[in-house]
Amino acid sequence: METLTYNGTQIEVNAEGYLKDMKQWTPELAREMAGKENIELTDKHFEVLNWLRAKQAEGTPLSIRKIGNSGLVDIKQFYALFPGGPLKISSKIAGIPKPASCI
Amino acid sequence: MCDRTYFYITNQAENQMKKLLILGAGTAGTMMANKLHKNLNKDLWEITIVDKDENHYYQPGFLFIPFGVYQPEEVIRPKREFIPKGVNFVIDKIQKVEPERNQVLLTSGTVLDYDILVVATGTIPVPEETEGLKGKLWYKDIFDFYTYEGTTKLAKKLETWQGGKLVINLAETLIKCPVAPLEFTFLADAFFTEKGMRDKVEIFYVTPLSGAFTKPKATAMLNKLMDEKHINVIPDFYLQMVDNDRKVLISYDGKEVPFDLLVSIPVNKGDQMVEDSKLGDEDGLNFIPTDKHTLQSKKYENMFVIGDATNVPASKAGSVAHFEAEILTENILSYIIKEPLTHKFDGHANCFIETGYGKGTLIDFNYVTEPLPGKFPFALVGPMDLLKVTRANHYGKLAFKWVYWHLLLTGKKLPVSTNMSMTGKLVETE
Repeated sequence: METLTYNGTQIEVNAEGYLKDMKQWTPELAREMAGKENIELTDKHFEVLNWLRAKQAEGTPLSIRKIGNSGLVDIKQFYALFPGGPLKISSKIAGIPKPASCI
Repeated sequence: MCDRTYFYITNQAENQMKKLLILGAGTAGTMMANKLHKNLNKDLWEITIVDKDENHYYQPGFLFIPFGVYQPEEVIRPKREFIPKGVNFVIDKIQKVEPERNQVLLTSGTVLDYDILVVATGTIPVPEETEGLKGKLWYKDIFDFYTYEGTTKLAKKLETWQGGKLVINLAETLIKCPVAPLEFTFLADAFFTEKGMRDKVEIFYVTPLSGAFTKPKATAMLNKLMDEKHINVIPDFYLQMVDNDRKVLISYDGKEVPFDLLVSIPVNKGDQMVEDSKLGDEDGLNFIPTDKHTLQSKKYENMFVIGDATNVPASKAGSVAHFEAEILTENILSYIIKEPLTHKFDGHANCFIETGYGKGTLIDFNYVTEPLPGKFPFALVGPMDLLKVTRANHYGKLAFKWVYWHLLLTGKKLPVSTNMSMTGKLVETE
């Protein structure tokens, strides 16, 4: 079993580094995880992270397009905030599972 | 505004029969018409099905047309052949559903009312969603193959194409038949090899996913196949626009992929009437919020949704529609007698994947179990191999055309379980 240690607390993560329990998330932990991705979190980042956590909690499947329609950021801004694979990276930092692409 | 009462097709006073209305006579709608016609009491229920198109297209066949394996005429039959006698078949465009009134408006002005509505209006590629995709190169150097028009035009193009960079691009992750772009790529590799011009063609598979496919075991197997066939996979590429002058794809994060011939899988959307009826979910792609197990609309209890029209997290594929049809028939029968909807769809999908040179592979999975290796449908004997490239799988795929026209559409039983079975699957112990 993989764990992250933050502030003396053991946090369980899966093999890809996603939190197993989204309740263990804190904004400080998010900053630490973002640091590993070379991202410094701003208020705009946190708006997106909180939105992702809220959607996850209500069981809504997440997609880049849905975030683009959220009114918070457009898709280009989302890429600018979380470069590379924005949905995968932002989900990890938000402490929610890696979104399953629908097939 | 027209006077609706004037256009009523049936007179309520004379006709006390209950009405079941099916929107869309594609794979899912046609199967439902057949199954419900068999199961509903004909003295109590009148079934009507509406579609704008007289022709039924065998969509899995679209994949083979560009490579000359199927001729265009092999994939078209009149819809009427598959709709049972005793079911009303209306050819008209659906304008709008008014669920609060239990009515559907058709473009001709006809109003159909219903007691139970089954929405099976499917999905279509919408190239207009992406800037520059349907520009001056459309059907010149840019083609789709998920439409009859696109695939037949691409077939003509490939007859004379001299080679260059062939790019296969998925504009979105949520598309109909998610394995078809992979199959197209494998078949293209074989087609150009057999034509003796593979050295003149560079093939790029450009996808918004992190690899060739979504589920880990199938992706590993398919990535390896891509490698063996010298196909370049460019993952994590989310298309923003197509520059027609420079002939490049541009992603949202500024990456560029040049092409000479682009085979695009455009953004897929549900029917326009879903948007006009305000029935879609918040993705804005016109897919209808649907209970993923019972297939009942999340908003209206007398509305059921099946096939590509739903927003359930399963593949948009004929096999899924087939398994859903079994479940939905039972649930509609339960709904009619006011019983709980106890039949649960598990997300089961079963897809043959053509890999070229007369071979294919097969995957079988559901909401919770990813595609696994093993035998199908029977343990040890198969005859099909899961996640393995074999000739039997290719013949399975070709034989399916006969099964589709003769058994599947008309709702006959197939020797495949509705919910996914673990029989024959090899599970690694951790």
